[in-house]
Amino acid sequence: MARYLGGLLALLFAASICGAVTIPGPVSDAHRSAASELFGDSFSSLEDAYEALRVFEILGVGNKPDVSATTCKQVVENLGSSSPVKDLFYALKVNGILKCKVNADVFKDIAVRLKATVNDASTLVDMYYSIGSLVLIKDQASDVDVLLADADGTFHSIKALSQSDGRWRYSSDNPESSTFAAGLALEALAGVISLASSEIDLSRVNTVKNDILKLFDSIEKYDDGTFYFDEKFVGGREHQGSLYTTSSVVRGLTTFASAISGKINLPGDKILGLAKFFLGIGIPVTLCTSDFFLWCRISIPLVLSLPETVYSLSKKDQLKVRVNTVLGSAAPPLTVKLVRAFRPDAKDSAVFENKELQYDKSNGIHVLEVFPGNVDVGTYVFVFEIVLHDSAGEKVFATGGQIHVPIYVTGIIEVSNAEIAGLDSDLGSVETQKKLDLAGNVVVELSANHLQKLHFSFQLTTPHGHAFKPHQAFFKLKHETNHEHIFVIGNTGKKFEIVLDFLGLVEKFYYLSGRYDIELTVGDAVMENSFLRPLGHVDLELPEAPEKASRLPPLPVDPYSRYGPKAEIAHIFRAPEKRPPQNLSLTFLSLTLLPFIGFLVGLLRLGVNFKNFPSSAAPATYAILFHLGIAAVLFLYVLFWLKLDLFTTLKTVGLLGAFLMFVGHRILSHLASTSSKLKSA
Amino acid sequence: MARSSSKDAQDLFRALWSAYAATPTNLKIIDLYVMFAVFTALIQVVYIALVGSFPFNSFLSGVLSCVGTAVLAVCLRIQVNKENKEFKDLAPERAFADFVLCNLVLHLVIMNFLG
Repeated sequence: MARYLGGLLALLFAASICGAVTIPGPVSDAHRSAASELFGDSFSSLEDAYEALRVFEILGVGNKPDVSATTCKQVVENLGSSSPVKDLFYALKVNGILKCKVNADVFKDIAVRLKATVNDASTLVDMYYSIGSLVLIKDQASDVDVLLADADGTFHSIKALSQSDGRWRYSSDNPESSTFAAGLALEALAGVISLASSEIDLSRVNTVKNDILKLFDSIEKYDDGTFYFDEKFVGGREHQGSLYTTSSVVRGLTTFASAISGKINLPGDKILGLAKFFLGIGIPVTLCTSDFFLWCRISIPLVLSLPETVYSLSKKDQLKVRVNTVLGSAAPPLTVKLVRAFRPDAKDSAVFENKELQYDKSNGIHVLEVFPGNVDVGTYVFVFEIVLHDSAGEKVFATGGQIHVPIYVTGIIEVSNAEIAGLDSDLGSVETQKKLDLAGNVVVELSANHLQKLHFSFQLTTPHGHAFKPHQAFFKLKHETNHEHIFVIGNTGKKFEIVLDFLGLVEKFYYLSGRYDIELTVGDAVMENSFLRPLGHVDLELPEAPEKASRLPPLPVDPYSRYGPKAEIAHIFRAPEKRPPQNLSLTFLSLTLLPFIGFLVGLLRLGVNFKNFPSSAAPATYAILFHLGIAAVLFLYVLFWLKLDLFTTLKTVGLLGAFLMFVGHRILSHLASTSSKLKSA
Repeated sequence: MARSSSKDAQDLFRALWSAYAATPTNLKIIDLYVMFAVFTALIQVVYIALVGSFPFNSFLSGVLSCVGTAVLAVCLRIQVNKENKEFKDLAPERAFADFVLCNLVLHLVIMNFLG
């Protein structure tokens, strides 16, 4: 979403730069849906409404009737009332898109008011809005008189705000100058020229042209040749960013250029750089038509591009170059020249010079049909130049001079004379020597002890028979325990050679005897047959490790395993206790009942009775309540066991206990008194 | 010899029984109650010996409930028995009230421990 937002904002600015109405370019549905999502159906202000409608218009998103109706209502309201100049300006802009029904008299009233504002205005922004509004009225209602009586004076009052470096101030009492304001001023000046009743003094126009040139001196630059405008300082006003500033300047410039007669001589590379800036932000390439540049009387940049910058000597394909305008349309008839080619490390000595590329009409590309025979594998810089057939076109198109393109020429490198040999350390005599065919799959088996040496050599030659030095040439020994030792193979002139003296390496090998696998790596960006292949193995007999020998380091952890999935965490739960079979438990439950039954039976046999139960009403009630109380407490205990917590239980027990104490005391003291009466009687 | 000893034992039991028969009925009820509690405890012990001590707290609360009740009942019996001159001044109703209160407290703890 954020990407689209950026793209849309860029689109909006680009839209306001170019006068293009329809775009035959790569505007995708993604742009449209993002625009609809971004702007929605209702707009908070006329400015928002204008921006939204303009984007919809450019993207080809159909207007919804209800949106048009409500916005039109807002427009008419704004035009009718004495709203600020800014609102008038945007109301007129929206009206330009929606073509609302506005009474011609309304335009007349506004025009009169705006003319008064132009004369009174002290700030640049007011001037900009009022002149801009007058221009819009001129377009929308041709019968209204919008011409400025004192155009020269207005021109002068705007020009008075300009600074010596080509930037403008917002008002005469504000010392800060701004690049953004320069864009506004240029647009306003263009408006004044088009509204002038009489011709503006040419010398005034020429001073503005000079201002523009000065403004272009302060243009900022990226390393890749992208140019853009930015505010020099951030203060007071809200900082809007380079896109906002650049689009303001370019919009002002284009409107100004279209209003005046004659050409503004701007440097071609800066125009190209500005185009690059907008394209780099992600505005669809064909958003503007090339009319934009023609109108501006600014050269249309031509872009030279290569479908691929890699040329393979083994495939013998052709080097292709495509030239089109910066807006993606076809270039005029032209010839692409390959001025020269050189290696980046030897800039002065050209490998070849002055080749002309053939134009392939069917594909619209320029082809270097015969690749120069003396170009070997490696990295080169090709210098291209575009030569237009029509010399008049040079005023219309900017070719950008000489274009440097890095080219990789790749090929198959021949590996030859590979030899591996075991040498006796003292005498240097060859013990075993084997020729290796590195292209095949031959593997060698060697054995050596610490008094011997291992010698390995090979040659690399380019297709043209020169010695080739790759980026990487490594010799790797890998012990059975996965301990690796990598050696860089040095080259002596034509030959790559490595001699491993095991006597000096025993420390490095940690006295590990046993089988070492040998692996050879040769690789380079321009080597089409870069390889990594096993050569076989060598059985090393190394002496026993002395006591002081350094310990074997732990094997390095595979760095990729850190990013792999972690081992699954197995949660250990306590195993459930063994439970007895349910039947056994139930049996014992019934067994526990047996003593109770025995108790009851025993009671019966003893002849227990309730004769002592009080017969009179009050004590009997107390007795019953006493027993009920005890039962209630016991029942509460059962509840406590099943679901209640300790606090609830204790509170309830407290209440029940008090009750129980009372009735218990009553009944028991009654019983005691009756028994003592019996005794005394 | 063996015969005479079994006969002696029978005589002994018979003498004991006849002596016990003279005990007041309320004491007999308490005795019966104690027997009931002890046997219940015994059955639980047998059960735990058979199946293992898994819900050990439940076992403990069950057995201690029975044993505690039995002990309390024995205490009640001591206090209620008229032969014991030590508790002559204590009314049996008061003793019973103590017994009820102690049982309630005991079982509150037992229930808490039962789990």
